[in-house]
Amino acid sequence: MTNTTDTQTEEIPDHLVAHFTSRVGHNSADLIEGETGAWEIIIGLEVHAQVMSESKLFSGAPTGFGGEPNTHVSLVDAAMPGMLPVLNEMAIRQAVRTGLGLEAQINLRSIFDRKNYFYPDLPQGYQISQFSDPIVGEGRVTVDMEDGESFEVGVVRIHLEQDAGKSIHDRIPDQTCIDLNRSGVALMEIVSKPDIRSGAEAAAYFSKLRSILRYLGTCDGNMQEGSLRADVNVSVRRPGEDLGTRCEIKNVNSIRFVREAVDYEARRQIEILEEGGEIDQETRLFDPDRGETRSMRSKEEAHDYRYFPDPDLLPVVIDEAYVAEIKASLPELPDIKAARFVSEFGLSEYDAGVLVAERETAEFYEAVVDAGGAKRDPKIAANWITGDFFRRLNADELAIADSPVSGAQLGGLIDLIADGTISGKIAKDVFDEMFDSGKDADVIVEEKGLKQISDSGEISAVIDQIIADNPEQADQYRSGNTKVAGWFTGQAMKATQGKANPQMVNELLQEKLGS
Amino acid sequence: MALDTDTVKRIARLARIHVDEADLSPLADELNNILGWVEQLDEVDTEGAEPMTSVVEMVQRLRVDAVADGDVRDRVLANAPLEADGFFVVPKVIE
Repeated sequence: MTNTTDTQTEEIPDHLVAHFTSRVGHNSADLIEGETGAWEIIIGLEVHAQVMSESKLFSGAPTGFGGEPNTHVSLVDAAMPGMLPVLNEMAIRQAVRTGLGLEAQINLRSIFDRKNYFYPDLPQGYQISQFSDPIVGEGRVTVDMEDGESFEVGVVRIHLEQDAGKSIHDRIPDQTCIDLNRSGVALMEIVSKPDIRSGAEAAAYFSKLRSILRYLGTCDGNMQEGSLRADVNVSVRRPGEDLGTRCEIKNVNSIRFVREAVDYEARRQIEILEEGGEIDQETRLFDPDRGETRSMRSKEEAHDYRYFPDPDLLPVVIDEAYVAEIKASLPELPDIKAARFVSEFGLSEYDAGVLVAERETAEFYEAVVDAGGAKRDPKIAANWITGDFFRRLNADELAIADSPVSGAQLGGLIDLIADGTISGKIAKDVFDEMFDSGKDADVIVEEKGLKQISDSGEISAVIDQIIADNPEQADQYRSGNTKVAGWFTGQAMKATQGKANPQMVNELLQEKLGS
Repeated sequence: MALDTDTVKRIARLARIHVDEADLSPLADELNNILGWVEQLDEVDTEGAEPMTSVVEMVQRLRVDAVADGDVRDRVLANAPLEADGFFVVPKVIE
């Protein structure tokens, strides 16, 4: 296994974190019933998001994932004596952009500090971070739950800091290998208020934050590569009472694990408290294989990071015009886009929520709806995407960006249904064919001769033949057993390889059998 | 402010400096002398003065985001006591 970062990062002292929660009221369903009564879970997240940039926070080395060990490293990142940090403008821009996306206060003056600790993957002996004067102040994230409820999570701050290198413990027995490729990559640490009340809410917040970051283009959200990870602070209390002692679960790298870690940790703490025990404030790890958290290490003494302003760096000062320029370039964010999908396209809030969760999905949807100025039926488009399209993507384990069928191509298929060229049933087969071959719908329909038969003469002839061949069933119908109509429809569709216009088949059947 | 030997021991540990027990007390005296000297600054009235983070009256210059460095592994690893397959190798740091 690989331990991705050191075990003792980011402990913002209580006096600097707004450790009061502004959230009033809660869903009583989120309370946990213990042996001795109800408990409320209090959760706050510190999310580390890797800034999307070409080069590192303080050096010109590349940030790309997966390079040969120690090749994406400059002498600055390796902390060679005399090397000096030079701040990357893109990191500042992306942090401001993220702050604006979270409706946060942008601090025109911010300061980089040194956070001192020793660990082999931190060659400087300190991490350059922001402590007293971060670049972004208070903001908020609106989180929607599956049941349609939504709630707001306060953001305390966002600060910029360096990532550490990577320690690999299982490569050589009794030794640790260090790769500094990630050392010095810019991270944003997004600190939430403890406004979250359940594992499901924590997962939904993490997911929403990821979605916003990806819309903004400030973090790619790739959790497998460690671009986004969460430290989850969990405590429990009796409803209305003071906050309990919290434990911090480090480096949780999936949305599902956030939920599982919170659920496990809350139960663990409640059990201890109900047995009369006390919670030790400590750092814990989530083990996804066992679905449990466990203590990372016994601390010999409390950490003392001895923060002080980094003398190699000057205060960062930006102006209102710079912020305004970034603000003007923000994309339509998911909440606003979802509201527009509801008002402009008449979608349900649920469908709109599904379609905007990923920026790529929303863009794909709009490409399907857009028929070159005209508009395709937005509900049919939504149904195709959330239905057959997602089904095939999942079955083929493809991301939307890798879909062999483009939005315009799916739109072309919908056009063929709309103008009666093919039936909805045939369309599903055509879609799978499109997905397999990447061809346009009309080409496939032409090649395979799938065009819907809407010629009443042709359909009449087929039906006449079926009635003539099956006098028994025809008599049954005429003597009042109208249920056999379905059987006749089936026969007619079979005889035409599913190409007969089903509505016309039904009309003609009634006409002919009824007489 | 006066440092006792326990504090000196703790500071030494934080800095990963080994200090023999016998040296703690003299070291505390030395550090207290330095602190006492610096504490003379307390006599200055700083009421209303902004806390200073830099002695230079300048703001941070920013660098354009472009890859201009890296790919110097030989130089990065040149002083490593131990290396393997391009990694630094250190004593195991996980329990």
